Amino acid sequence: MRPTDGRVQKSRLRIGDVLGVGSTGLRTRKMRTALSALGVTIGIAAMVGVLGLSESSRADLSNKIEALGTNLLTVSPGGGFGGGDGVLPEDAVAKIRRIGPVDEVADVVELDVSVLRNDYVNENRTGGLTVVAADLGLLGTLNGEVDEGVWLNSASASYTNVVLGSESANRLGIESVDAGMQVFIGGEWFTVVGILDPFPLAADLDRSVLIGMDVATALFDSELNPSIVYLRTPSESLDAVRGVLAATVDPAEPDEVSVSRPSDVLEAEEAADSAFTSLFLGLGAVALLVGGIGIANVMVIAVIERRNEIGLRRALGATRAHIRRQFLTEALLLSTLGGLAGVGLGATVTAVYASTQEWEVVIPPEAAVGGFVAAVAIGAIAGLYPAMRAARLAPTEALRAA
Amino acid sequence: MSATPPAAALELRGIVKKYPGTPPVHALAGVDLRIEDGELAAIVGPSGSGKSTMLHVMGTLDRPTEGTVLVDGRDLSRMGDRRLSAVRSQLIGFVFQQFFLIDGMSALDNVGNGLLYSGTKPRQRRQRAAQALIRVGLGERLSHFPNQLSGGERQRVAIARAVVHRPAIVLADEPTGNLDSRSSESIMELIHELNAEGTTIVVITHDHDVAAGLPRQISVRDGRIEHDSLSHLSRRASLPEISHSGAVK
Repeated sequence: MRPTDGRVQKSRLRIGDVLGVGSTGLRTRKMRTALSALGVTIGIAAMVGVLGLSESSRADLSNKIEALGTNLLTVSPGGGFGGGDGVLPEDAVAKIRRIGPVDEVADVVELDVSVLRNDYVNENRTGGLTVVAADLGLLGTLNGEVDEGVWLNSASASYTNVVLGSESANRLGIESVDAGMQVFIGGEWFTVVGILDPFPLAADLDRSVLIGMDVATALFDSELNPSIVYLRTPSESLDAVRGVLAATVDPAEPDEVSVSRPSDVLEAEEAADSAFTSLFLGLGAVALLVGGIGIANVMVIAVIERRNEIGLRRALGATRAHIRRQFLTEALLLSTLGGLAGVGLGATVTAVYASTQEWEVVIPPEAAVGGFVAAVAIGAIAGLYPAMRAARLAPTEALRAA
Repeated sequence: MSATPPAAALELRGIVKKYPGTPPVHALAGVDLRIEDGELAAIVGPSGSGKSTMLHVMGTLDRPTEGTVLVDGRDLSRMGDRRLSAVRSQLIGFVFQQFFLIDGMSALDNVGNGLLYSGTKPRQRRQRAAQALIRVGLGERLSHFPNQLSGGERQRVAIARAVVHRPAIVLADEPTGNLDSRSSESIMELIHELNAEGTTIVVITHDHDVAAGLPRQISVRDGRIEHDSLSHLSRRASLPEISHSGAVK
């Protein structure tokens, strides 16, 4: 039997029951739950995805830069009044080699001939491809890789052999070197002996076909003024070398020599990426905010719709605090659900996109945790007002038939 | 009567309830009422008579403007909202015309809600809810949802919820108002049975037939008790005495 005397015990809602009570509304209206959580999901997914993708692409760039080295310099004509049509002195390579710290030097000479698939093609239709005579050390200096076949050696470079840059192979429609493929260069047949992987630090070479210096002089009577000189130097002496290069190559007109560091481009790309990252993060934040407003909206509606339930619970002994807790829990569950789905979705998008780009998949844990925390915080803020309204509802008012 | 009478299940002393406005509405204009432990009484009156306000005041859902409410001998007038909630959670059971079952919950969980705010453990809640449901004849419907139950069955679930915590008093607001006559009869039968087992029950109704079937009728009009069938026992004689037939509107 019930105790007939003594004080009435306080109304009490067990912690475990708060969760049950807070999830009832969500369980009974699954579609609405899903839709209202979707707003937060999109916001969080955008933020996690953006951070994940930018981290993945940055990781990829860093890997590339590290693999390629930041100690590659290029020397090319131009930069002064002459514009781009000047040439480097023929002995530029020899002069650069004399600079103490320089490890490797290789040059290419652009030739005024065209490469054609065969002799029927109009020779003006070069397809944007350039024929260059390459130093044999070029591949080593650039850390380049051969995709198919072999690189030129001192024997093959003296004959009509050619190595194709990756893009040139594409444009000429040559996929393998097995069949003794030939291309028509400056009126002569050349045998394709190799196809190169792309050069991330020297994209121009991807659109070139490379032949030996000797065969270039022999067949095309070419002058051997380097078009570009590539060189590597230990990182610690890079600035010093860079400072003296122009004057070394052309003491008379150092202004006509341009020196650059290709890895700067990649680093700039990295910086540009982070600018986009903040833009998209901002968009993600806006989506999250809208998602939060959506939750607040749904909760306000729920409070109105479930007036009777609130009245009933008050009649069953729920205090205002219990009612407040119920609706706050509901909002929190909603946003937590949305947040978890968002983190999952963002991570999936990152993983899928990064793998299609062949990037290393990086999902920064701080983005995942931060996204989740942001979702929960949004839920708490969004749920506060509706929960207070529910709690303030007078029981008699709430029990009135709708 | 002895010098120290045992606490009544419910007692109203000089209850006045005014709603602000011009002029203010006197929903209750001085009500004295004592419901003893184990009683089964009907409060009957037309709409606007003040019986709903009486229900709210008796059920601690609303505070009187003047007067004192005692539930199980406890004076509610100085209690804050939290303590009133506690009184409801342990001493009062409600049955509503609209049943007010929660749709997404089984009959068992709905009845278990009657014990939710007294902090009873889930297992014990389910056990006692099952007992209560078996008691009201729904032993076969424990895991049914409200939309799988007939109106009469729903009201049985609601009654089970109202008694599952063994309250000092059950307040039933038009318990048969949404039911057909057959279901109504069986619900009133159940109410009689529960009373016979010792539950104190007050039925609020506008239906004189329903009221006539109960041992005590208190008719209410214009915020006053017009007639109490037990008024010869009443300590107050100031209320006008009206014949039984005259009490009918």
